[in-house]
Amino acid sequence: MTEKENVLTREFEIKGKDFSRAGNISSKIKEILQETGISNSIIRRAAIATYEAELNVVMYANKGILYFTLDPDSIRLKIDDEGRGIKDISLAMKEGYSTATEEYREMGFGAGMGLPNIKKNADKFKISSILGKGTSLEIFFFLNNSGAS
Amino acid sequence: MNHYLHFVRVDENKCMGRMKCMRVCPTQAIRVRGGKAKIDDEKCIDCGECITSCPSGAIYPLTDPFGELTRFRHTVAVPSPALYAQFGQKITPGKILNGLRKLGFDDAYDLALSCGEVSFALLEYLRENSETKPLIINTCPTVVRLIQVKYPSLINHITPIDIPREIAAREVKQRKSKQYGLEEKEIGAFYITPCPAKMISIKQPAEKEKSYLDGAISISDIYGPLLATMENIDNEESDESIDNLCILGLGWAMAGGISRTLKLKNSLTVSGLPEILKVFDDMERGSLQHIDFIEAYSCPQGCIGGSLTVENLYISYNKILRLIEELELKKIKRCPDAKEVRKKYSEGYFFKKHQLRPRPLKPLNDDLTKAIKKRKEIEKIYEKLPKIDCGACGSPTCEAFAEDVVKKESSLLDCVFMLPKKLRDLSKELSELLNKTKSINETGQNNNKSEAKGKKK
Repeated sequence: MTEKENVLTREFEIKGKDFSRAGNISSKIKEILQETGISNSIIRRAAIATYEAELNVVMYANKGILYFTLDPDSIRLKIDDEGRGIKDISLAMKEGYSTATEEYREMGFGAGMGLPNIKKNADKFKISSILGKGTSLEIFFFLNNSGAS
Repeated sequence: MNHYLHFVRVDENKCMGRMKCMRVCPTQAIRVRGGKAKIDDEKCIDCGECITSCPSGAIYPLTDPFGELTRFRHTVAVPSPALYAQFGQKITPGKILNGLRKLGFDDAYDLALSCGEVSFALLEYLRENSETKPLIINTCPTVVRLIQVKYPSLINHITPIDIPREIAAREVKQRKSKQYGLEEKEIGAFYITPCPAKMISIKQPAEKEKSYLDGAISISDIYGPLLATMENIDNEESDESIDNLCILGLGWAMAGGISRTLKLKNSLTVSGLPEILKVFDDMERGSLQHIDFIEAYSCPQGCIGGSLTVENLYISYNKILRLIEELELKKIKRCPDAKEVRKKYSEGYFFKKHQLRPRPLKPLNDDLTKAIKKRKEIEKIYEKLPKIDCGACGSPTCEAFAEDVVKKESSLLDCVFMLPKKLRDLSKELSELLNKTKSINETGQNNNKSEAKGKKK
């Protein structure tokens, strides 16, 4: 019971193709982290990673859920989506590789930087995917070692 | 207790608790308690939105009275270029500066010239620092404070070049003290300001260094007297041509003006706080890295839209734009010498002496474990609330209210939706209690009766 008391969890739904709301979850999470006094550099990295993850669901999946967990040691983001999945993960992790449509690129999205950018900003990053089913991301930020800035 | 100075005040006699200010405040710094607006010093960024929105005229900026001038042996007016936009097309900047001299200042300095210098310096800085993209201009004190408070991670994107009004005041004091054999402190430099935020930036600069300016007088305070004075000035007496104006400097009066007059290729201009929040949110998420330079002004259309200006801001915009267009066509451009500026730049002439630091809001608790617990409490309370942000409790949103309750600054019963619920619960409890006592009494009476019967026997 006491263990749960200092763990904050939130769930956010993400709708596919809903570009107008992409970024809302990132803002919300930033707000929570600011209020709880997390350092600015971590907030910034978490905000960027959240936004990229949100965008990925909006662009490539039908829907998804982002689970946010904050405890005194870490921030954990888990994003599960229902969508087309990723065929070749190692390829998808390469900067500049993208399966985005011409339309998305016109709008400035789909530059093939999303996943690499998430990985770059995270302290720990896991990805798994089933083709035709969906993709699951797990993103961690550790609060103790990379602490103050 | 409070270490932040603010120049926005609430007149409690006039305040009717109408909550307009509470709703427009971009940092949610205002609460209405006991029917009166209260401003939280930690959160206030001196944008002046509350001043403009108050229907009762109860919120006002503290500006310096003219009387301040007598403290100095020699006084110089340093008007914001936005002042040039306040009068009709026929009243030139030259005439306005002359009017200020007649009004009681010993001299008036054309700030557009310093603005021009800083424009060149900015160009140098942009060239040298292309890796920190985009850079944000620091001329609007509200924007600088907004970043300090709400976007601390963007702080290294703010340009460290000093603002023209400070450079002008520094220069004027040095020059005048030589010219008249006076000490620098005997010379008073007064900024004629379009907004209250610049007043604060003079009294308490964001970097906590001292300002070279000695005070600020609002455009709206000086407008009437200045107009009357100018009516008595012969046209021949003052410089009626605009050839002496620095086109780069004029750009500082309006949103987009710096980029336009410097011919910057890849900049973004945003004005008005709600729009700025959107742009900075995007920037924080890393999606503006392809932009070089951001001009952000808290007032709509830039400084000409300041809350202490008089003229309709769109007409002002038109006047500045026309001046710029006219000068663009002319061959003669009286602007600072770019070579000289570059030399001064390399000597560090333009740089601020102190570094800008973030001013993040206090977390719910310094201990993360406790802060998380409090945040959970807030969310628990928030879930019970109607989530319609009616504001009747005196907090701007249901979420802010939940936070105020956890911080013990409000009581849950301040919510008009919680009170009836509480009453309903209480009355239910009460009626249940009544029923209980009734049935106890009834059984008691029966017992008594049977006892009585027993006695009779």
